[in-house]
Amino acid sequence: MIVIVKYNGGNIASVENAVNKLGYECKVSDDLKTIQNASKIIFPGVGEASSAMKYLSEKGMDVVLKNYKKPMLGICLGLQLMCETSEEGNTVCLKIFNTKVKRFPENEIVPHMGWNSIEILNSTLLGNLKSKTDFYYVHSYFAEICDETTAISFYNQPFSAVLEKDNFYATQFHPEKSADLGYQILKNFLEL
Amino acid sequence: MLKKRIIPCLDIKDGKTVKGTQFLDLKDVGDPVVLAKKYMEQGADELVFLDISATLEKRKTLISLVRKINKEISIPFTVGGGISSLEDAKNLIIAGADKISLNSAAIQNPTLIKEISEEIGSQCVVIAIDVKNMDGNSFVVTHSGTNKTEILLKDWVQTVEKLGAGEILLTSMHSDGTKNGFDISTIKMVSNLVKIPVIASGGAGEMKHFKEVFNQTNVTGGLAASIFHYESISIPELKNYLNQEQIPVRL
Repeated sequence: MIVIVKYNGGNIASVENAVNKLGYECKVSDDLKTIQNASKIIFPGVGEASSAMKYLSEKGMDVVLKNYKKPMLGICLGLQLMCETSEEGNTVCLKIFNTKVKRFPENEIVPHMGWNSIEILNSTLLGNLKSKTDFYYVHSYFAEICDETTAISFYNQPFSAVLEKDNFYATQFHPEKSADLGYQILKNFLEL
Repeated sequence: MLKKRIIPCLDIKDGKTVKGTQFLDLKDVGDPVVLAKKYMEQGADELVFLDISATLEKRKTLISLVRKINKEISIPFTVGGGISSLEDAKNLIIAGADKISLNSAAIQNPTLIKEISEEIGSQCVVIAIDVKNMDGNSFVVTHSGTNKTEILLKDWVQTVEKLGAGEILLTSMHSDGTKNGFDISTIKMVSNLVKIPVIASGGAGEMKHFKEVFNQTNVTGGLAASIFHYESISIPELKNYLNQEQIPVRL
């Protein structure tokens, strides 16, 4: 069973709808066993990093997610929580990706909200998608570029649009909110 | 590069899409879900649904409509109208709205902005501001323009930013429904005062109006209703035009 991790009050309905529309069944859950036994995990999220991490560790979900061996996809805050640390609430995160999450400078319009294009480096998740494609973003913090960055976006500076490492995948943008091409990414993930 | 957003607005009254001139003289222009889907397929970047009956008639925004919309569309959408508590906001987000917009409730109870943004995140909180220019000053108005306040626009935009608003949707009553173009000077003033995204609304009648507002102000999006509903301008046509005019848009 594909499991969408539930850990805050964010809009999970859109991710769930997208998975269903692509012809897959899924379950929204915060149950440890269910997550552990999932065939794939989607780790979405909007919200605040420190309270999200606190909730995950209280439930013991942090360890389960970190040690998960099947494909897992983080989205937006999900991506950020998969990094080492986040400046948001000075949070120690899951340390899956070897990079840090920083805040966009105060002199820019924040949040970075809207459609922005990506430059694809070497990505499994993005499949046949082309660079310059636009995806929908809404975030005030970003993951710095690292060896695991497989696509880059620019908002006054380059940042990680997509991160990939072993069975772990993550997008800073919202594929579930990025119309047909966003759905294509979810489809790529579900077919892994 | 971040693209400028083209945002059709669907004013909802009794479950149907309507749009009037300066908020009066409403005409029925169709089923919101059908219209939303059409706009998405045409390349709209985001959608805004405002339940304009909600505040005036104390009617709560229909959660079921939000669920239906969420099932049909795969681009972000904002829902506003009649949201007066954290509970209202949360219910709409859980039903599938990406953002909620507050207008008069935020003026009556500014701490609501803080409450909601702390609970569900700033990025979910749009503050809709209706403004009227009088005696050389811009004042905030509420209840679809029928209530004037003593609040100066320049003060209010900075207050909402401090309280945790994620975005401002600015509608100039002076230009709304006129099709004579956006109220550039007011929009410019606001977009220079705050560091959160500002969406310009009110007055779009021709494609060049969008070019003007994007070239002359820092807004990140332009919102319109009637020009799209009545198909006087189609979204693909507008985006191609803006692209030719060197304004970054998603094609």
